[in-house]
Amino acid sequence: MFLILLILVQGISLDVYDTPNDDGSSITLSWSSDTLISSYQILRSIFPEHDFKEIARVESGKTTYVDTAVKAGTKYYYRIKGAGLDTVFFSNTAGPVRPIAQIFNLGRLNIAVCMIILFAVILFYISRARKGEKLYIRKIPALTAVEEAIGRATEMGKPVLFVPGIMDIDNPQTIAAMSILARVAEKTAEYGTPLYVPTSKAMAMSMAQQVVKESATKVGRPDWFNADNIRYLTDDQFGYVSAVDGMMVREKPATNLYLGCFYAESLILAETGHYTGAIQIAGTAMPDQLPFFVAACDYTLLGEELYAASAYLSQEPIQIGSLKGQDFGKLIFILVIVIGVITRLLGNQYFYNLFKTTR
Amino acid sequence: MKSILPIIVVFGFGFFMLVSFFIPLKGIQDTSQTFQNWYIGVMAFFIFIGIFNIIKINLEKIQRRLRDWQYSIILLICLLVMMAAGFIGGPEGGLFLYFYKNVQIPLGATMFSLLAFFVASAAFRAFRARSPEATLLLIAAVLVMIGRVPIGYWIWHGFPNLVEWIMTVPNTAAKRGILFGIDLGMISMGLRVLLGIERSYMGGGKE
Repeated sequence: MFLILLILVQGISLDVYDTPNDDGSSITLSWSSDTLISSYQILRSIFPEHDFKEIARVESGKTTYVDTAVKAGTKYYYRIKGAGLDTVFFSNTAGPVRPIAQIFNLGRLNIAVCMIILFAVILFYISRARKGEKLYIRKIPALTAVEEAIGRATEMGKPVLFVPGIMDIDNPQTIAAMSILARVAEKTAEYGTPLYVPTSKAMAMSMAQQVVKESATKVGRPDWFNADNIRYLTDDQFGYVSAVDGMMVREKPATNLYLGCFYAESLILAETGHYTGAIQIAGTAMPDQLPFFVAACDYTLLGEELYAASAYLSQEPIQIGSLKGQDFGKLIFILVIVIGVITRLLGNQYFYNLFKTTR
Repeated sequence: MKSILPIIVVFGFGFFMLVSFFIPLKGIQDTSQTFQNWYIGVMAFFIFIGIFNIIKINLEKIQRRLRDWQYSIILLICLLVMMAAGFIGGPEGGLFLYFYKNVQIPLGATMFSLLAFFVASAAFRAFRARSPEATLLLIAAVLVMIGRVPIGYWIWHGFPNLVEWIMTVPNTAAKRGILFGIDLGMISMGLRVLLGIERSYMGGGKE
């Protein structure tokens, strides 16, 4: 019995390159796949002809490998050995390739350009507002209703419930919610209406306590502040929902404000609030939860309006200036989309390619 | 100083994290990761503050015999039992896992299940054709609901394709529009926070 082993040199086409947009700590290999091969051995050397050693073994079906065990600035050569049932395939020797640290991530250049333009526009409008120019921004009915809703709770002698979402303070929506909470707390403190803020995260509770305390002090009502009204319930999503639902049913707040980041609990909260007869204002930047709030609440802040709310409620010219800049940024985006659609329809790729991620 | 120092800290760290998003250099990335690890450390510490808050509020409620104070006893007992189970057997321990699987998960699932009924009641109110927009919503919802179930295909073979088109074209377009607004709003708010224009989240408004 003789076992015949057929070796095919350069049966695999190998390409290696310095991984783009990294700190020079990796090299990427890509090769052509072959259904006859069951596994690949990755071989590496710092010489073009000899001293190739196995650095990894990958299963068939994969056509890329990122070698992270390299030193920046060193030249490397690669080969791949593919093992078939009774056949061994070799690739060409690819290289030399030298990993180099990139100072700027070119893959994020388009984001950087958009951000710079947006920053410039916002700063321009802020400077105009600083000079005393009166800027017009459209009315947001949900925010106009906030004061009315607090007034209603005051007249009814019932509390206001503020739910700042279920995420921690590293989430921008929670930060936005805290900014709105500051304005709501000012009003409720002014009117002497109890304000309940149940939180799902201890850090959010701590922040909310500080925000409400400062707001009460600001309007000259430090005695109104009660730390026990701003409490931590649980990190568990549905445990939190059941606790807040319980508060709604027992305390019967006249106004429920759901502002922040919400997931599946959005509708459970809003529907329970509806059954208790409260006026409800919601706002979130979670597109999947917006329809639930729209269906179950009296007013809803749609996406960006949540981030604009604090600035809108403050009515400070500088903050309004930033909103104007944001709106202008939106106009630029709309124009870019329209131009992109038209040029693509006309078969021109140039404008479209400007926004493609660079490798 | 009380308000200036936090603004300097926010600006410093915020600006650094923003820059680190664009610069892949090792030193920058490592420092960025260190800052994020600090946050995790601080967050872990806050768990104690949270537990302390729960115990304090519920003990007060029991002491002052406030309304439904009996529930606070149950809550504190459950808290202590779970803590004890965790300390004795660890988070993977038998007793802790037993309570988690047989109490915590079914209770959570029960709350989640309520969603089905709430969807029905909210849909009933939302789909009343009171305005042209609501009528449009009603028509789209009916088409999507019919097209998603086998009877839709039985009525008309084109229903699933129509639903697919509604979901991928008008629905996605609207969603993307909202997402653009959200991203712009987030950047705008981020800039206001970085520059110290927006400081109400720190408990302070205008100077």
